[in-house]
Amino acid sequence: MTIPSNKSNTRIILQLVALTVFMFGFGYALVPLYDTFCLAFGLNGKTGVTDNQSAVARGIDNTRWVTVQFTSHTASGLPWEFTPGQHSVKVRPGQLADAVYTAQNRAQRPVVGRATYSVAPAAAAVHFKKTECFCFTNQVLNPGELKEMPVRFVVDKDLPADIHTITLSYSFFNAEKYLSAKDKAQLGVVKADADGKS
Amino acid sequence: MATAETAHHEHHDHHPTGLMRWVTTTNHKDIGTLYLLFSLLMFMVGGAMAMVIRAELFQPGLQIVDPHFFNQMTTMHALVMIFGAIMPGFVGFANWMLPLMIGAPDMALPRLNNWSFWILPFGFAMLLGSLFTAGGGPAGGWTLYAPLSIQGGMSVDMTIFAVHMLGVSSVLGAINVIVTIFNMRAPGMDLLKMPLFVWTWLITAFLLIAVMPVLAGAVTMLLTDRHFGTAFFDPAGGGDPVLFQHIFWFFGHPEVYILILPAFGILSEIIPTFARKPLFGYVSMVLAVAGIAFLSFIVWAHHMFTVGMPLVGELFFMYSTMLIAIPTGVKIFNWVATMWRGSLTFETPMLFAVSVVFLFTIGGLSGLMLAITPADFQYHDTYFVVAHFHYVLFSGAIMAMMGGAYYWLPKWTGHMYDERLGKWHFWTTAIFFNITFFPQHFLGLAGMPRRIPDYALQFTEFNVISSIGAFGLGISQILFVYVVYKCIQGGERATQEVWDNPRGLEWTLPSPPPYHTFETPPVIK
Repeated sequence: MTIPSNKSNTRIILQLVALTVFMFGFGYALVPLYDTFCLAFGLNGKTGVTDNQSAVARGIDNTRWVTVQFTSHTASGLPWEFTPGQHSVKVRPGQLADAVYTAQNRAQRPVVGRATYSVAPAAAAVHFKKTECFCFTNQVLNPGELKEMPVRFVVDKDLPADIHTITLSYSFFNAEKYLSAKDKAQLGVVKADADGKS
Repeated sequence: MATAETAHHEHHDHHPTGLMRWVTTTNHKDIGTLYLLFSLLMFMVGGAMAMVIRAELFQPGLQIVDPHFFNQMTTMHALVMIFGAIMPGFVGFANWMLPLMIGAPDMALPRLNNWSFWILPFGFAMLLGSLFTAGGGPAGGWTLYAPLSIQGGMSVDMTIFAVHMLGVSSVLGAINVIVTIFNMRAPGMDLLKMPLFVWTWLITAFLLIAVMPVLAGAVTMLLTDRHFGTAFFDPAGGGDPVLFQHIFWFFGHPEVYILILPAFGILSEIIPTFARKPLFGYVSMVLAVAGIAFLSFIVWAHHMFTVGMPLVGELFFMYSTMLIAIPTGVKIFNWVATMWRGSLTFETPMLFAVSVVFLFTIGGLSGLMLAITPADFQYHDTYFVVAHFHYVLFSGAIMAMMGGAYYWLPKWTGHMYDERLGKWHFWTTAIFFNITFFPQHFLGLAGMPRRIPDYALQFTEFNVISSIGAFGLGISQILFVYVVYKCIQGGERATQEVWDNPRGLEWTLPSPPPYHTFETPPVIK
C-alpha cells in the first residue's frame, strides 16, 4: 500500500493550498496592477496629471494645431444635465488651454456626482495632461443649481505628429452610494429624505 | 501498521449498501461513476436549455419565450455545460482511470475526493434554483460582466455562491490529482512513462489551481461591489468595468484549456489502440500540452479586442494567440501520424476520436481567424464565435468524452456496449452537430449577433437549418443515455483487454475491475 515517494502527501497538499491562496490574492493584486499599468502607459484613456508650471516650462510648438473635442455622458441614476460648453478648441502643443463643462441638478435634493474621463485615440492619452479638473474630486450640486466646471489642460509636445484630433470624454456618475455619513456632512449634503444616518 | 491494516479491511468489507454506499464512498471507481453520471445529467439539463434557445431562434420574431427568459437560458446553458457537464465529466474520467493507469490502489486523498464530488450537487441546486427566484436566473451571460451583473437580482448572488462552491470542488479535485500522480505511481512508472491522459490531467490540475482562485476572487469582488460598498468595477466609486473583463479572462482562457486538455489525453489513448501503433511523438505531445498551458496565461485579452486596447496590446495578444496554433498543430499532426499506415478499424470510440481530430481542427482554425485583431472587430460577439467555441467544446471536449466513454465502458461495466447503437449515436451526433453549427459560421460572418432572441429576416434560412440540426442533436443524445443504460444493465461479456492488444495498465485488470485494484503495485516493464 505504501508507495515510495520523495515528498509526503501533506507537504504537497500544503504547497498546493499555498498556491491556491496565492492565486486568490493574485486576482486581487490585478486591481492595483491594472491601474498602475493604465497610468504608466496611458492605457484605457487614462491621462496624466501635471501642474501649471511644469506644463508650460517646455515651451510651445508653434508648427501645428491640435483640435481637442469634448463629449459628455450622464449615467442613469444621476439627475443632472451635463454638457460641454464648447464643441472643440484648437490648441498648440505645449500651450495651456481652458475648457468648460456645465452641469445642472434637476432634482429636488442635493446630489453628489463623480466624473470619470477618457481620451481617444488611446495613443494620445499619455500626452494629454490636466492641471485642473472637476474630475479630481466629488462634485455637489444643490437643487436646481447650475455650475460651470472648468478643465485646464496641456497637450504635450511629444504628441505623435499623425494625431490631429483628440477627444476628451467625461461621464458623470451618482457617487452617493460610496459616501460615508461623514463625507456627506463635509460636502454639505443634507438628504431631503433624511433617514437618520446623516 | 497491523491495526491500520485491520481498520482498512473492516472499512471496505462492510461498506454501506444502497444510497449510503454512494454518499459515503471513498472509492475512486464509485466516485468516478458518480462524477460521470452527474456530468451526463447536467449534459441533458444544459442540452434542454439549448433546445429552448434553438426553438426560439427557429423563426425570426418572438414566439416561444420572452427575451428575459431567453437570456437566462443562454447564461445557464453555458454555466451548466462548462461547470456541470464538461469539468465534472473529465474529473470522472480522472477518478476512474488515473489510479488504474499509474498502478495505484486509489486516489491519494479518498475522503477529500468524496467531498469534492458531493459539493457539486449542492452547488448546482443553488445555481439551478436561481431560475425560480423572483426575477428569474442570471441573464447577463456566463461571463458575468460588470456592471450588468452588479445590477442583477438575487439570482446573481446565488450564481456567485454556486461558482464559489464549484471552484472549491474543482480545486480539491485538482489537488487530489496532483498528489496522486506525484506520490502514488507504481514503482517504475516514471513521469515520462505515464499514459498521455495522465499527463494532460496533471497539467490541467495545475491550470485549475492557478485560475479557479482568480475566478473566485473576481466573483467575490462582484459580490462586495453589489452589497458591501466596494467599487472595483463601478466608475461612480472609482472602479473600472473593463478591469472585470481582464480578471475574468485571465481565468477564462486557461479555463478553456482545462476543458480541452483532458480531451486531448483521451484521444491519445483511443487512437493508438485502433491504429494498432504506439502514439507518434510521445515526448512532443507532452511538451505541446505544457506549451499550450503556458501560452494560455498570456493570451486572455483576445477575448476583449474591442474594449479599446492600445495597438501594441492588440498586436501582442494577436501574435501570442496565434502561437498556440503551433503546439496544437503538433498534436493534430502527431495523431494523424499515429494513424498513418496503421491497421485502422473504426469501432465507435475510434469514430468519435477521428471526428474530434477533424472537427476540432475546424474549430481551431476559426479560432485563428478570430485571433486576427482587425478581423475580430467584425466577428466579435457574433454567431461566428458561437460556431467556433461549439466546434472546440462540443466536437472537441464533449465528443472526446463520448469516445472515451465507449472506449472504457466495457472496462467499467464488464459488458460490451451495443456497437450498432453506438455507431448510430456517433453518426447522428456528428451529422446533426454539423447541421447545427456549420451554418452559424455564415450567420456570424453576415453579422448576426449572439445572445439575442430575435434576428433580421435575411438570417432566417440558416437559423431554420441550425435549429433542425439542434433538435436532431438533442434527440441523438437520448440514444446515448440508452446505450449507456443498456451497457450497465448487461450485454456481451467484455474480455480483460476488450480491444485488440491495447496499451496501458487498465487492460491488465479484469472487466469490470474488482472494487480494489493494484493493492500490490504492478510491475512496470
